[in-house]
Amino acid sequence: MKQIDLVIIGGGPAGLSAAKMAAESGLASLIVERNFNVGGQLVKQTHMFFGSEKQYAKTRGIDIAKILVDDVLKFPDLIEIMTDTSVVGLYKDKVVTLLQKEKYIKVKTNAIIIATGASEKVLAFENNDLPGIYGAGAVQTLMNVHGVLPGNDVVMVGSGNIGLIVSYQLIQAGVNVKCVLEAASTIGGYKVHASKLKRLGVDILTSHSIKKAIGKNYLEKIVIGKLDDKWKFIEGTEEEIEVDSLCISVGLSPLSNLLSMIGVDMKYVSTLGGLVPLIDKNHETSIKNIFVAGDVCGVEEASSAIVEGYLTGLVVAEKLGFKHPNYDELYLDFKDQLHNLRSGPFGEKLRLGLQEIMR
Amino acid sequence: MNKKDVIICRCEDVTLEDLHNLLEEGYTSFEEIKRILRVGMGPCQGNTCGQLVQRELAKFTNTPINEIPTHKVRPLITGVKLKAIVEATKNES
Repeated sequence: MKQIDLVIIGGGPAGLSAAKMAAESGLASLIVERNFNVGGQLVKQTHMFFGSEKQYAKTRGIDIAKILVDDVLKFPDLIEIMTDTSVVGLYKDKVVTLLQKEKYIKVKTNAIIIATGASEKVLAFENNDLPGIYGAGAVQTLMNVHGVLPGNDVVMVGSGNIGLIVSYQLIQAGVNVKCVLEAASTIGGYKVHASKLKRLGVDILTSHSIKKAIGKNYLEKIVIGKLDDKWKFIEGTEEEIEVDSLCISVGLSPLSNLLSMIGVDMKYVSTLGGLVPLIDKNHETSIKNIFVAGDVCGVEEASSAIVEGYLTGLVVAEKLGFKHPNYDELYLDFKDQLHNLRSGPFGEKLRLGLQEIMR
Repeated sequence: MNKKDVIICRCEDVTLEDLHNLLEEGYTSFEEIKRILRVGMGPCQGNTCGQLVQRELAKFTNTPINEIPTHKVRPLITGVKLKAIVEATKNES
């Protein structure tokens, strides 16, 4: 059986940052990534990030991914990366089983950082399985990673930041975005993103949602309707829109499957996206030496995932006897950065949610 | 709404009608429904349908969604050929 001090599950912003900080402390790790490349969802983010310089603000997501990957590649002796590899089993005695193509591999480790991220939520409406109906993140992958347009005429469901940003990127790619629907009475994402769309003449219809999709072999049109304050459709407000694509962007939910498998204590917290693990201030779950970082313990921005990764990597290394020379200073800095990222009115729900999972 | 055109679990092709029929029959826990309809047992392992089933259960039983338990995830999370497992064991000894 393969032996390694630390296994990091997920090579996105949280996982890469954790590996870097562990390596800086002298601890060896293995990053397991299901995709063909590391970098996570950052690789498809063509927009510039907010935050402060420490989290690479004003840098495009795809360039942040390059920085994080380059950082990890500076430690070839300490960081091993396995791509195209899924974790298929996680056991309490810290055995991790992997599937790399057809090869089954067992790894024995001392600590695990689960940094699996989140996946897109879906909606239940009539004909929601017609070809042409996508998750907004999937559309972003199609366009920005593979260079494939999803269609010509699109309606976006959801005005959170992902919905707004992807709508803008669709327009940049030459797609006609007919409108954005938002079930709530106010726009979900940042005003800067919404304003960009409005300047381009895209309507954001609040208190509206998708009622049904229509089409024979693929999406041809949709029926939208106005919602009352209890989010029920108001009769007689239906409207048909001809589209060949529909993007669903109604939030993300933490990918907590592996946490459920190993049996850590979890809680459903809607402001964090769904089922999340209970953690202590150092991101350790209810099972000793099983840690979490990034969206899997509460959906936030990539910038928070990066800092959570650094913090968790730093702490895990120290626990296993590899204390970073600047441990105290870095620890306080990472805590401080996370505090700043979550401050302000936009972070309020998030802060309350995070309090609920502290153990 | 035509419930048989609303897909809840796309891995196992389960519709809202299938789900509501079971609820009416008295199966009101995720684990029971999983055993009958296979929701959560396909390639996505409940990542897609989990929240939809949870919401329907919450509505039907009039319970807050955060009190509806989801299913227990067990290894192996994707299909693994027996041959691969046997070969890994050979290398061990």
